[in-house]
Amino acid sequence: MLAVSELSFERYFERVFEPVSFELGAGSLLLITGSNGCGKTTLLRLLAGLLEPSEGKIQIKEQALYAGHFPAIKDDLSVEENIRFWMKFMGTRKSGQMSGLCEQVIEEIGLTPVALQEGRTLSAGQRKRCSLARLLFCDESLWLLDEPYSNLDPQGISMLDRILKTHLNAGGACIMTTHGSLRPEGFELQECHMVSGRERYTGAAT
Amino acid sequence: MSRQAAGTAFAALLRRDFLLAYRRRAELLQPLVFLLVVVTLFPLGVGPSPGLLANIAPGVIWIAALLATVLSLDSLFRSDFEDGTLEQMVLSGQSLALIALARTVAHWLVAGLPIVLLSPLLAMWMNLPDEGLLILIESLAIGTPVLSLIGAIGGALTVSLKRGGQLLSLLVFPLYIPLLILATSAVSSAVAGLPYTGQLGLMTAGLIASLTLAPFATAAALKLSLS
Repeated sequence: MLAVSELSFERYFERVFEPVSFELGAGSLLLITGSNGCGKTTLLRLLAGLLEPSEGKIQIKEQALYAGHFPAIKDDLSVEENIRFWMKFMGTRKSGQMSGLCEQVIEEIGLTPVALQEGRTLSAGQRKRCSLARLLFCDESLWLLDEPYSNLDPQGISMLDRILKTHLNAGGACIMTTHGSLRPEGFELQECHMVSGRERYTGAAT
Repeated sequence: MSRQAAGTAFAALLRRDFLLAYRRRAELLQPLVFLLVVVTLFPLGVGPSPGLLANIAPGVIWIAALLATVLSLDSLFRSDFEDGTLEQMVLSGQSLALIALARTVAHWLVAGLPIVLLSPLLAMWMNLPDEGLLILIESLAIGTPVLSLIGAIGGALTVSLKRGGQLLSLLVFPLYIPLLILATSAVSSAVAGLPYTGQLGLMTAGLIASLTLAPFATAAALKLSLS
């Protein structure tokens, strides 16, 4: 589904991270670990196509779904309006049942009690749940999730694990970053440890 | 991946923009209030002589409309950029030019069209002769979409800068100057009983050119700002 070879990225003539290589097949989960600032987000943005690689190759069949640090939620729209807009804008295979689908998605991410509240009133965890709603109606088979567990409570974490399991069982794939403390439980996973270009340069990495 | 039909995505984006404009109506009114205040202050500043006011009316109204538009340009893409909406739109597979066009159309409908509708009132305040009124409205109807379209390029170029406002005005004002000259000259000619179709024709040509080209330039600028 995805093959990356000797990929690296330079910003202002300085390597952000040391070259990485990996392959990902259908149904597999890749965990990208590394300390803060080692280039995990940059790697995901490269894979999503938001940045151009400086060296190396990315072989990817189709556009991936990218869920980054910015939730893409409008403060002035309600949770329901936000989700409905993205459903209309991005389109979904299940579009025949659009009206019911939105309520179903909101219920599944556990935001039914706040569905009519404006985006600005949401807590950080609720925002995260709202931005993860896209996972439930999107058609992409490769997901790029940047720190998906941050700000989520235990119920939120098990909700995400459930969504992820369904996706992987259906033949999807996922690349997820984490800085260590929160890891997906009960998955077979590959792991890729990233080293910042600067660490290598100063010899601080082991 | 099944991509949403372009028309549906365009309509969804327009609908969202109108909803957002309605929820943030105070923010929207600010440029219009600015326009009204500037035109109101002119007779107080230069003296209420009817002849003098009639002479400067086209220029004053057009300059005020231009400044009011520039005021609203900085926010055109900023909030979408800051909350990650823009990068999701880029990744959605929709043409970026289409997204840029939808944002620009929405901007004109909420910021440009009200100026056109207010212009008879402004013309009355500035004692513009009746022969010039229709041409003023026409020139604004042709000209304000061009202001939005060209302004969107500047807004997209400066969206990733912390204080892009000053740079934005430096970028777009030179491009607005031909429009300002043509529009005021058309209105003055009409008042003096001279032909004015040439100026309006050139402005229409400008509208067609910017309508077909500006969305692509805006899309390229957005792409640049995101990387």
